[in-house]
This record gives sequence, C-alpha cells and structure tokens, in this order.
Amino acid sequence: MSFINYASREINCKIVYYGPGLCGKTANLQYIYDKTSPQAKGQLISLATETDRTLFFDFLPLDLGTVRGFRTRFHLYTVPGQVFYEASRKLILKGVDGVVFVADSQRERMDANLELLENLKNNLREHGFDIMTIPYVLQFNKRDLPNIVSYDEMYRLLNIKGEPTFEAVAPQGMGVFETLKAVAKLVLQELSKK
Amino acid sequence: MSMLGPNLVMYEEEFERINSILGRLWVDANAKIVFLVDKNGQQIAAKGDLEKVDTTSLASLTAGNVAATDGLARLIGEKEFSILFHEGERDNIHISIVAQRLILVVIFDERSSLGLVRLRVRKAAQELEEVLNDMANKAAQQGQAPVSPFAEITDEDIDNLFSE
Repeated sequence: MSFINYASREINCKIVYYGPGLCGKTANLQYIYDKTSPQAKGQLISLATETDRTLFFDFLPLDLGTVRGFRTRFHLYTVPGQVFYEASRKLILKGVDGVVFVADSQRERMDANLELLENLKNNLREHGFDIMTIPYVLQFNKRDLPNIVSYDEMYRLLNIKGEPTFEAVAPQGMGVFETLKAVAKLVLQELSKK
Repeated sequence: MSMLGPNLVMYEEEFERINSILGRLWVDANAKIVFLVDKNGQQIAAKGDLEKVDTTSLASLTAGNVAATDGLARLIGEKEFSILFHEGERDNIHISIVAQRLILVVIFDERSSLGLVRLRVRKAAQELEEVLNDMANKAAQQGQAPVSPFAEITDEDIDNLFSE
C-alpha cells in the first residue's frame, strides 16, 4: 500500500522481512544499515527484548534517490520470528508492498521455515494479499554453516512461484543487497502497472 | 473497507488543505509538534518544531503503537481505541484516529493542557475527515486512478537507485 504524494513528489514503499526465529532478518537490516551512506538512511529502530530477540519489529527507512522525479523511500521492517509473537507478526504485514522471506539453511530448521511460510501465506490473505501476486523474494541465509540443505533441495521445498531466490550470509553481507534490490525492483514494477 | 481504496494518492490541493488544518491546530492547541501519519506508518504532513525529532521514526513507531492497541481492542471486543495518551515528565503525546485510517499526533508540554488539546483535536479531526471525503469523491468521479509516474520505469532506472 504505497503512498504516493504528488504534492511533495515522494513515494514510500513498505517491505517486510519475514521468516522463522533466528533466521537472520534483523541481520539483513543491520548489514544494510551499516553499509548505507548516512544521507540515505534514517535510524535503525529495534524493538527487541533484553536478549536481542525482536519483540515487535525493526524498522529502517532508506532513501534511494529519485525515480522519474519522485523521491523513492523504502521502509524496511522485520517481524518477530518466534512462534508466540504471532499477533504482533500479523500487524506488521498491514499495508505491505513487498515481502522477503528469509529461510534458515540449517537442516534442523526446515520445519520452522515451512511453518512460517504457511503462516506468511495465511497472514497475507488476512490482510487481503495473495502471495502469488505480491512482490516476493526468497533468501536462503546462513550458507556458511556446515549442516545446511542444498540449494536445489531448499528451492524445491520453499520456492512457491519461481520468485527470485538468493543465497546469503547476512552478517557478512553476501546476498543482502541482491535480495533488497530484487524486491525493490518488483515493488516498483508493480507500481508501474497501477 | 477504507474509503480511499488501497493506495492513497494526494495532490497539491488536498496537501495544502491538510497543511493548513495542521498549522491551525498547532497554534490553537499550543502544541510543539503536530503530525499526520497513515496507519501503515507513512508520514503525510507535519507542523512545528521538527528539527529536534526524527519524524520518520516517530511515524513508524506511532503506527506500530496504534496497530498494537487496535489488536488489544479487538481482543477485548472493542472496535478501536480512538484516543491514546502518553504522559511524560516534560512532553506528552496525544494520538487520535481520524476516519479510521489516519493518525493525528500532537506533542505538547506544560504550555498547553490535555483538555485544550482534546478540544482542538476534535475540530481538526472533523476538518481532516472532510478533506478525506473530498479526496474519495474526487477519486470516485475520476474513476480510474491517474497514470502512475512509474508507468514507464525501466530496469535502468531501478539499477541507478542502487548505484552509489
């Protein structure tokens, strides 16, 4: 639900990073924050518990410059991944323009990935969105760990509609900007259809 | 259902009307800052002493706050809590929902009072609702939304955004 302001020539888009607990959603935002020039970013806000688990959301506003004379801003959000934060997680999807699903590549987390993916589909539907049509990108995070599932197997398990899929090691930045760029592109392309 | 459809599109005329409503509220309520956000956390307009605060974060956290409070309301069988008030040592925040989709925030200190703010907010909220109604009517009359400025966006445009 992008907000186009013709008066101030601005467009704001909301992108949500979704995925199971500890999959690296916040790490994605943290890396983007660290690597973006100060003029292009706002504060990174983290509503987290004392042990740094996301409680409500992280928020990072990015100003990427102008497209066709419009200042283009992306508001990046993460959701809390832990199962019992379901009520808060659902709230963050309100008015979303694009979704990144961050999957944990470790074998023992495949069930958690599948569960949260199902959860994402349902919560999108409750907000009136369809995962088959909304701008959507998939990321396989933690590719540097030893006990990971192969790319092909994860793709078979988690890829829904041939969405762009990236391998990532979020704390080191591998795949982070590729993922962001892909979802931003889909969001802007979607806007161009309206 | 929202009265404006999924995408909020605002033009110069409405933007100016909204700005002048906020300006009047700012003066009449003796407020430090007055701002308007949509429920998704996008800032629409603001007035007042804005240099000292990060308005983007303010907008996002306000929307998160309202969303969480809406969730609480539904849990106990209320439609919404239309007014939230946070009292601090120096500054206070008054948050109210306008036309079910916008959030009007007033930040004030001891130079004003909750009673005055509530009174002035009520009037401003009515005026803002009129603007929203006019926007909805305009959109309905025009039928189709205007051609998106992004209609002819190219891959190159998008790549340029990310090149630094």
